[in-house]
Amino acid sequence: MNSKDHKAEVAHLIRSKSNKFNTGDKFFKALVFGASVYALFMVVLVFYALSEGSIPIFLKEGVNFITGTDWNSVEGRESFGALPYIIGTLISSSIAMAIAVPISIGIAIFVNEMVSGKIGTVLSFIVELLAAVPSIIYGLWALFVFRFWIRDYVELPLHNTFGDNLYIFARTPFGLDVFTAGIVLAIMIIPIISAVSREVIKAVPHSQKEAAYALGATRWEMVKTAILPYGKSGLLGASFLGLGRAIGETILVTMIIGNAVGLSAIPTSLFSPSQTLSSIIANEFNEASGDFHLSALIGLGLVLFMMTLFINVISIFIVSKVTKSNSNLRE
Amino acid sequence: MANITNFKQIGVSFLALSLLIPMVINSVNAQQVTINGAGATFPFPLIDTWRVEYKKVNPDVNVNYASIGSGGGIKQFLEKTVDFGATDAPLSESEFTRAGNPVHIPETIGSVVLSYNIPGIQDNSLKLSGPVIADIFLGKITNWNDPKIQELNPNLALPSNTINVVHRSDGSGTTFVFTDYLSKVSQEWSEKIGTSKSVPWPTGIGAPGNEGVSASILGSENSIGYVELAYALTTKMNYASIQNKDGSFVLPSINSTMSAVSATASSLPQGSDRWNNVSLTNAAGPNSYPISSFSYIVLYKELGTNPSINQQKAKSIVDFISWVITDGQKFSEPLGYVPLPAPVVELNKQTLNSLTLNGKPISTN
Repeated sequence: MNSKDHKAEVAHLIRSKSNKFNTGDKFFKALVFGASVYALFMVVLVFYALSEGSIPIFLKEGVNFITGTDWNSVEGRESFGALPYIIGTLISSSIAMAIAVPISIGIAIFVNEMVSGKIGTVLSFIVELLAAVPSIIYGLWALFVFRFWIRDYVELPLHNTFGDNLYIFARTPFGLDVFTAGIVLAIMIIPIISAVSREVIKAVPHSQKEAAYALGATRWEMVKTAILPYGKSGLLGASFLGLGRAIGETILVTMIIGNAVGLSAIPTSLFSPSQTLSSIIANEFNEASGDFHLSALIGLGLVLFMMTLFINVISIFIVSKVTKSNSNLRE
Repeated sequence: MANITNFKQIGVSFLALSLLIPMVINSVNAQQVTINGAGATFPFPLIDTWRVEYKKVNPDVNVNYASIGSGGGIKQFLEKTVDFGATDAPLSESEFTRAGNPVHIPETIGSVVLSYNIPGIQDNSLKLSGPVIADIFLGKITNWNDPKIQELNPNLALPSNTINVVHRSDGSGTTFVFTDYLSKVSQEWSEKIGTSKSVPWPTGIGAPGNEGVSASILGSENSIGYVELAYALTTKMNYASIQNKDGSFVLPSINSTMSAVSATASSLPQGSDRWNNVSLTNAAGPNSYPISSFSYIVLYKELGTNPSINQQKAKSIVDFISWVITDGQKFSEPLGYVPLPAPVVELNKQTLNSLTLNGKPISTN
């Protein structure tokens, strides 16, 4: 009797508990589902708005909008081609990546492996502080201070020494060009890449490192054989995060890239002015009054959107491939 | 625990207060009128001064002005989301047609100066002519000691350095005025480039805003660019005197700009006519500075075209703009703007008198 009662009670408890649990669970599920639908919804909405806005320009220019180099918004002479800005975007972010990735991974390795305790904490705190500086601050600093250093101590010596022979140093430097823009972009994305890289390297198991040391590896060999292969996918992910920032950065680039238009925006040397997709939108959107001009700028937005989407897909693909080959390695 | 309750109480009372505030404001506001405008960035410092000063003249009228650019101002004016628009370039053919019955009211005048930074050449001593400026910005004249520049400046020792050309990267009324001038003085410019708020520059560095151009010129030797007169005056940059239509070299100033406007004033259209061919650049007269332009306020001739304008608001708009074109003009000069000459003020008064609301003149309403 007693035990029967007890059993019933327990059964009841379980039932009510599981019911309660069920409603909470359902609610939670709906909540997170809603959140993820929101993200998807936004992407679709942005894509729709950009596509709709750029219909007139694609009808007018066709493929020429992607491959053309003219950019003329003068009434009656409208002609729009995005190619110079696509090239400008790719070159400035490539320069930024070439500089930022080695430095950021260097910082991350140094903080995790080379120094211990307080110095590492302080250093990583400072790097994170840099990540919190708004890009307009970097832009102002670059415009009023940094570009003169670059011009006088880097660009002019390079130009004077190699300018006659190497076309990439050929143009008389002015300080407002793709090279400066790339460097300042690098400075801006270093904190982001290094902060993520630091976490990635921190996650490398001690057993891996100790195994390397046990085999008689020096510190560099340990980094090379244990940390870098293990963290490869994470480090790649960190770099793509930085690339995404560099490609979309607007105000900083507008201030220092020199904002050339049309054919002259395709840089012929490192010291040529150029223009990126986002900077020309920022430059011209306010005063764009003609229908085609506005539509062309929205079209550039669509190109930029597709470019970032493409890079993200590629990065996911590469990261997953690297992870797979890593796990094969471990087996 | 006590603390938490206190916080809760404070929160609740704040909430209650914040609910009360709009009611209080509304009751005060019953007699007040708010005029909303949007448009050009160039006259913003002046319009903002008017906003503050007009409050002293008529405390019941609030003026809001959003300096979102001429293009945006015209767009909002056409969509009737603002009471007045402001633009540096007059409405184009198609904008005029879309608006139906707009009026142009010139509210101030700006001039564009050629600022330069050449080592050793100080005191605004450089002289340039229209065709030479066009050739520099076309990339055809590339060095400072080019014979064409030297010819205009026989007494200056010009360096052989490359000219760094700086232009605006953002769409702007300043660029519109400058390219309007170049189109008038150079056939090649008018055929290849044309007149617009942003043009396909064949050469040079683009910098955002007057500030960006000033910074680029000041920071780099051997450079030249164009900025608003007010900027050149406040940043103490050197600027060139320019050969005008009559052949004399004129430095930009409030007076030389006024002469240019006065020379053109007699040929201005009525406020309700099309203004797209009005241009002050390359004006005649021995003292006229050749690169200047009006900045306009645009309204509907029948104010009721914008359904949000009622009788009280219509009267406030007309009163405010009447003040702007008369008493308000005294604030222009200290800010580097050129005050309207008397014939233009007269023309504006006629335009304002011709405005109607639901077919009736505003003043007798």
